[in-house]
Amino acid sequence: MAESTTNADPQASAQQQPLLEVRNITKRFPGVLALDDVSLPFMPGEVHAVVGENGAGKSTLMKIMSGAYIPDSGEIYLDGEKVSFAHPVEAQSKGISIIYQEFNLLPERTVAHNIFLGREPARLGVVDTARMNQQAREVLKEIGVEKMISPTAVVNSLSVAEQQLVEIAKAISFNAKVLIMDEPTAALTYTEVKLLADLVKRLKARGMAVIFISHRLIEVFDIAEKITVLKDGKFVKTVNKADVKPADVVFLMVGRALDHYFPPLGQKEDLGDVVLRVQGGSNELLKDVSFELRKGEVLGVAGLQGSGRTELAQALFGVMPFKTGTVELRGKAIALKNPNAAIKNKLGFVTEDRKSEGIIPRQPIRDNMLLTVRSIGNMVGVIYNDGIHKSRQLVPTLGKQVDIRTDSYDREAQDLSGGNQQKVVLAKWLASDADLFIFDEPTRGIDVESKASIHDMIRDLTKRGVAVLMISSELPEIVGMSDRILVMCDKRVAGELPAQSSEQQIMLMATGHTNGESSKTAVAAG
Amino acid sequence: MTTTTVSDNRFSRGLRGFRIPPVFVFLIIVFLVGGVLDQLFSDGQIFTNPAIMLNIIVRSVALGIVAVGQTLVILGASIDLSVAYTISITAVMSSYIMQGDPTKVPLALLGVFGIGAAIGLVNGLVITKLHVNSFIATLGTSLIIAGIINATFSNYTGSVPREFEYFGYGTIGPVPVSIIVLAVMFIGGWLLLSRTKFGSHLYGVGGNAEVSRLSGLRTDRVLIGAHVLCSLTAVLAGVFLVSQMRSGAPWVGPNGVYDLNSIAVTVIGGTALSGGKGGVWGTLAGVLIFGVLDTVFNQLGVNPYLKIVLQGAIVVLAVASYTFRSKEEPA
Amino acid sequence: MTTTAMKSPAGTNKALQSIWAWIRKIPPVYVLFLVVYIALAYLNPNLFATSNGIMTFLRRSSPLAVLAIGEMFVLALGGFDLSIGSLVTLVVLASSLLLNNDPAKAYPTIGIMLGLGLLIGLTNGLVVSYLKVPSFIVTLGMMLLVRGGALYWVGGAPRGYLTDNWRAFGRNYIEHVPVLGRVPYALIILLVITAITYFLFHRTNYGRQILAIGDNVRASRLSGSRIELVRVVTFVICSLCAIIGGVMIGGYGGVNVTIGQGLEMQTIAACVVGGVMLLGGKGSVPNAIFGAFTMQALVELLNLLGLPKPYKDAVQGIIIIAAVAYSAYSTRRKR
Repeated sequence: MAESTTNADPQASAQQQPLLEVRNITKRFPGVLALDDVSLPFMPGEVHAVVGENGAGKSTLMKIMSGAYIPDSGEIYLDGEKVSFAHPVEAQSKGISIIYQEFNLLPERTVAHNIFLGREPARLGVVDTARMNQQAREVLKEIGVEKMISPTAVVNSLSVAEQQLVEIAKAISFNAKVLIMDEPTAALTYTEVKLLADLVKRLKARGMAVIFISHRLIEVFDIAEKITVLKDGKFVKTVNKADVKPADVVFLMVGRALDHYFPPLGQKEDLGDVVLRVQGGSNELLKDVSFELRKGEVLGVAGLQGSGRTELAQALFGVMPFKTGTVELRGKAIALKNPNAAIKNKLGFVTEDRKSEGIIPRQPIRDNMLLTVRSIGNMVGVIYNDGIHKSRQLVPTLGKQVDIRTDSYDREAQDLSGGNQQKVVLAKWLASDADLFIFDEPTRGIDVESKASIHDMIRDLTKRGVAVLMISSELPEIVGMSDRILVMCDKRVAGELPAQSSEQQIMLMATGHTNGESSKTAVAAG
Repeated sequence: MTTTTVSDNRFSRGLRGFRIPPVFVFLIIVFLVGGVLDQLFSDGQIFTNPAIMLNIIVRSVALGIVAVGQTLVILGASIDLSVAYTISITAVMSSYIMQGDPTKVPLALLGVFGIGAAIGLVNGLVITKLHVNSFIATLGTSLIIAGIINATFSNYTGSVPREFEYFGYGTIGPVPVSIIVLAVMFIGGWLLLSRTKFGSHLYGVGGNAEVSRLSGLRTDRVLIGAHVLCSLTAVLAGVFLVSQMRSGAPWVGPNGVYDLNSIAVTVIGGTALSGGKGGVWGTLAGVLIFGVLDTVFNQLGVNPYLKIVLQGAIVVLAVASYTFRSKEEPA
Repeated sequence: MTTTAMKSPAGTNKALQSIWAWIRKIPPVYVLFLVVYIALAYLNPNLFATSNGIMTFLRRSSPLAVLAIGEMFVLALGGFDLSIGSLVTLVVLASSLLLNNDPAKAYPTIGIMLGLGLLIGLTNGLVVSYLKVPSFIVTLGMMLLVRGGALYWVGGAPRGYLTDNWRAFGRNYIEHVPVLGRVPYALIILLVITAITYFLFHRTNYGRQILAIGDNVRASRLSGSRIELVRVVTFVICSLCAIIGGVMIGGYGGVNVTIGQGLEMQTIAACVVGGVMLLGGKGSVPNAIFGAFTMQALVELLNLLGLPKPYKDAVQGIIIIAAVAYSAYSTRRKR
């Protein structure tokens, strides 16, 4: 840690030397110029966000700085010295640590084993477990979470946020001078993001350079001081947070102004009859859940991680059905015992985790789009390339409807970008003629432009009389999209809020500080 | 609430390393049911005669030794189908080199362990460098070894010297040498997995190879190391078998179905085929279940073919006993 | 000799390029098969380049192809079926017992065998689905169970003979067919099974769901796939293919207690050579068939070269590894 304090001193003086600097970096992949002559300095004690649409080259740049990729040309300077990394480990040992978007922990191993994986304190190959746990505890203490997380806890017993903290502890444990985070907040809820922001402040105070990628502009503005925009692999501009507004950054990112973040809310005349009525629904993960959903409305579901949001979706969709209580679908009591039954009853579920629950990666786009129709269809029903017997041109029609950008529907789904994959998933549910959609984090980890188009699509669905239940941990999304807001807390419905309630109101209810207004739910919240 | 977990003491940590897998319950049930059946329908020696107990373990030695190696590769999310023929090549080569001459024992051992290391190295290299699925890679090497030994050796080649039979039949006090070797292998396997960097890295590679690579592990080396160790355990099992048989024959490995059986006992012991989860103690329970069954069937004089049927059913039931409540999707 | 190419305008070059691009899309198994078979035909034109020779080759390779089709279904689903070799043993041993040297019992016997296959496949599928035991272990147990059961049933040694009409499926030909000369029954059986399974795998909702489930079970379940049903049906198809393959193998192999030993590994190898992805998500009926043909052609090539059986095993081992290494290499290059 002595190094970081000495680094902080020259920073105070007028003459500033970047802690990490990339100059004229170019990286080409087969068919794509991922980075084109990008130069960027990163100062010590500064939080620097790198933003841009998917494919802008952010992740590639991070991977080059952390040694996972080798640039085709260009140089990297660390403390003014030219360096090159053949492997992430070399970058780590020089003080550059990276936290990737996907979780990078071994779920079956302890916190200490994870933090020191590959660097276990050992003599003659024998691990000194006591020392390793002690060192892990020190690292956890350094980031102030030693009371929350034990070094001997097995990772799969920790919450998502705690796991993220373990990842940061792991990164810090390399005596990192530069910490790179790729979408660190994607899986976190509002309060957990605050926790992360505090932590970043402390790291900054120690003279570290923190670099992070995020699609959530609100957080970029909360946490970062400088914001660099990349577009199509090219450097666009670096701005000081104080000088700009989010809309300006969006303009730089997409090259045009997005005149609205969210489509207008539903009108009175759009609202129809009650499609879904749940009363007293309970199972192991939910307690006495009651609510109604109308045709043509977006019912936003907010709540902290673990409050039962996703579990509610799974109960409705028959993944983990309610054990008690009644579910009325279009006026008829019904028990959906599995997803197949739910789909036959025209429910659709756009899941949170695209990779493990949404797409079938190695199959063509068209098979992904037709998956639901085929699942509920006759098993020996003859298939057509582009559709089912009713409509043999279903795939191109859907493709246009959700605006998938691809040269061929024969391409494997794994070759698409995140935004396009999400559109494929959406198309799958449009194909099954669902008229009640459940969206779980519909825009998680998706770039700004795709985000807007998915929001537009959700609103278009309601205009056609579809009922939408939208779960999100992004409060702006909840506020911007919902015609009513259901707030969950501790496996129950804490209450209901009208459209355009403030984020603060939602947070208060989600953290159990206020009860809902409706008498029905007030009991549950108490 | 967290204070208790933070303040871990040496004792609880020791226990964590030594967690008793649920399969031991299954082992005890099998043993008790077998013993009761033995009391009812046979001479009841399983409960009364300690020699039978010992015999259960002695019968399990060869499978047990190779199962330790198999556990290592399966923990690394790999598999080794070549252990059976590795056992065979060890058996024939060692007795061929020894030719009954005690002075040639060191040479023979050097030879077969060298061959074993080479087989493991080839397996590991083909899997990691040529990116061939481990199932196919080791099936391939298995065919290659089979071809070579079947072409070169006929039934029973050479012989081992009397002194060498000590490994198979000798005792230290009342305890057979073979059991001591087995115990050493399991304790060694446990220490390797729980106390060394290699073990920690192996869990890492099997649990998530990409994470391990990004953490700076040389994942290829770890997996190659596991394969070499696995082949070496197969060699040791082969050496043990030849010391009992007195002369090596090419069919000894495949006849004992050591490839599939070692995988079966490992999985019965709770080590996941997908890697990164499990350990050697479960495998020991799996091996002993096989040993107990074998002894019970012999005691009851079960038809040898019916024995195979029952063994098949029990393999599936043993694994089912803890998978049936699982929420994970089977493959 | 290169003058024509040099003089050719850019247009021809482009056409050649697109042909080359098309050729590169051909699965490597067909190229491998052609290479091996041309070598066979070159070394012994009488045995392999005549229509009679081709038909004999097809008769010999059809049983493995039938087994490979069934195994491919299970592999594409993400599972393994290790019990098929034992099923072949069961067919041969049990049939010899049931037939009791009475040709009239041939068809009922085959019917009973198919019934047993149905039962075994059903058990495999149900145990994997509802007891959640990995299929590798379930079918390993079933392999022991069926083999032990078959040996127990016949008392450890083959009883009686297989009647000629039973053996006809694997051994006989339809004579005097125009153009082709004679056509083996085995080939006709293979063609019928190919037609049925091709339809099921490549042209039905069921087939696409196999691939979807093999690729991502969780996503498939959330998209409404009836995973248990698909899995049970798939294991049944595999077992039925093994029974039919067993009848064909018994037809020319005769009664022998070790007849099915190691067949499961051979079959999986044939599938993998045919480009099937272990652990699921990729598979094709024609490619699996040609994987089996390639394996058979290799064996015959090694015979022709005069290698003794043990060396044939070794060379097969090398070929399997090389084939998979090549396909792994080409997928990595594509990415």
